[in-house]
Amino acid sequence: MGKKLLLANDHVPGIQSLDVYSKHGGYAAVEKALKTMTPDALVEEVKTSGLRGRGGAGFPTGMKWSFLAKPEGVPRYLVCNADESEPGTFKDRYLMERIPHLLIEGMIVSSFALGANTSYIYIRGEYFYIVRILEKAIEEAYAAGYLGKNILGTGYDLDLYVHPGAGAYICGEETALIESLEGKRGNPRIKPPFPAVKGLYQCPTVVNNVETIAAVVPIVNMGGAEYAKIGIGRSTGTKLISASGHINKPGVYEIELGVPVEEFIYSEEYCGGIKNGKKLKAVVAGGSSVPILPGELILKTAQGEPRLMSYESLADGGFATGTMLGSGGFIVMDETSSIVKNLWNFTRFYHHESCGQCSPCREGTGWMEKILHRIMDGHGKQSDIDLLWDLQKNIEGKTICPLGDAAAWPVASAIRHFRAEFEAYVNNPGSIKEVRHYYSVNNLQPA
Amino acid sequence: MNNSSTNIENPVFSTESLALVHKIMKRYPEGKQKSALIPVLHLAQAEFGGWLSPKVMDYVASLLSIQPIEVYEVASFYTMFNLKPVGKCLIEVCRTSSCWLLGAEDIVHHIERKLNIKEGETTTDGMFTLKTVECLGSCGTAPMMMVGADFHENLTLEKVDDLLEKFRVENKQSRYC
Repeated sequence: MGKKLLLANDHVPGIQSLDVYSKHGGYAAVEKALKTMTPDALVEEVKTSGLRGRGGAGFPTGMKWSFLAKPEGVPRYLVCNADESEPGTFKDRYLMERIPHLLIEGMIVSSFALGANTSYIYIRGEYFYIVRILEKAIEEAYAAGYLGKNILGTGYDLDLYVHPGAGAYICGEETALIESLEGKRGNPRIKPPFPAVKGLYQCPTVVNNVETIAAVVPIVNMGGAEYAKIGIGRSTGTKLISASGHINKPGVYEIELGVPVEEFIYSEEYCGGIKNGKKLKAVVAGGSSVPILPGELILKTAQGEPRLMSYESLADGGFATGTMLGSGGFIVMDETSSIVKNLWNFTRFYHHESCGQCSPCREGTGWMEKILHRIMDGHGKQSDIDLLWDLQKNIEGKTICPLGDAAAWPVASAIRHFRAEFEAYVNNPGSIKEVRHYYSVNNLQPA
Repeated sequence: MNNSSTNIENPVFSTESLALVHKIMKRYPEGKQKSALIPVLHLAQAEFGGWLSPKVMDYVASLLSIQPIEVYEVASFYTMFNLKPVGKCLIEVCRTSSCWLLGAEDIVHHIERKLNIKEGETTTDGMFTLKTVECLGSCGTAPMMMVGADFHENLTLEKVDDLLEKFRVENKQSRYC
């Protein structure tokens, strides 16, 4: 069994309540941080831990915190990004639903470290049932004196609120999230200025993912140096992986970073192998935005080294033969899956979710979706494949926010690794209808 | 919520909803009450028939002391806000990646046949509207659909049949909050 720092107690009955959570060591980090540590010491501790943003970008959290501007007389904000919308990702939902107090505790400690007296949890609107869970937990924390005025007699004040979104993938991008929290459309802002200087209400703001903030709790409890011993190399600590698709045991797994991908897919401890005894075809390892890899390249790097579940190992080989850990949304596809149809599904998603600010993304995603639809309809041409390649090239890096890149990378990687499949579709359109890309529920034939 | 005016021509929140609106507005700093817009629109949609009519949006604008256009531009951006009337029971089936790999299309086709409507349409009796939506974070329990704030997961066609029957019998308006 790997080390568990976040989900060690997720199955304890009643762990959702403050009472049971406290009996299992909960709120020790608040006691320790607020009573015995300075905010600066906390930032240093997080830096030492090597913790990297768990939302997808993997930016060092301690460094992000140290960028926060501290002008006199201006409030600072901590905003938790609980907008979890990356296809294939459902770990934050699991964490908030099972152990809401872990997030609340992390918010208190992190807000203290950053000098924020008002903090928000921005949660996607579709998770309304979790809003209720979190609000109940927050109420309990106020009653216990962990939130509000003069917390634990230390003189530190903090108010914490949950703010629902209303259905927009783009709001997971931190500046779009801030716009949305201000009551506007979720259009990403041009950076700089970065949120650390001008964020929410033009005040210095840190936006961190749910899992990142939760990870601050064990870091405070065990110390940054001890945390950094867990994991492998610069991939310190544990990571929640959302495993889904054609596997026997879909679900959320906390892994120590560095577990071999092969073990993760095939061992009984994790995914339990491919469903129905089928063969592995491809994996999207870190949420829909990261490059798709064929089975052989996800299990082993181009050099033949075993691929590990870590930031570095998954990225080994760059985009030519590697991918990214991303949000940890691990989607497994078996041999019956159609890469072209799956790509169309992803591209439709990005087209739907483009905010429309930047022309390359607004126009390009729709154009790519149409071309893929044409190929699936049996009217594709050889030149469509090259056109798709050109289109993604003209989106990548040419937009205000990373949604453009996120739309481009799946297209580029699908063509890079599965070009033959696209060509087969174009050259033999009759073959398309024979490909079944998904398991039918109840074995009923689709209409 | 019984004393609210469900007349969407002249929408007025119930006393308790209005108290909640003021409580929500207090979460944000002085002068930043516009931040309350999305939470208040959710409340309004739930209270005034499951969609946001221009009159409802104007009412929300007046409550938050902002211009109506500021409400329209937000309401039209987010997929959870309906700008046209919907059925009493709004069924939202996830169509993305893992759900789709595990049979979401079958679920959609089955509901279409069962209710005799196409995706995006409402049944003639005004009971059901069928929508497809992008990833709702249920990939590990796919396929799934959301009705109101409830997630229905690991769907099979039998499960869908049972749920449709249950919704019809309950005859309740689905609401997120």
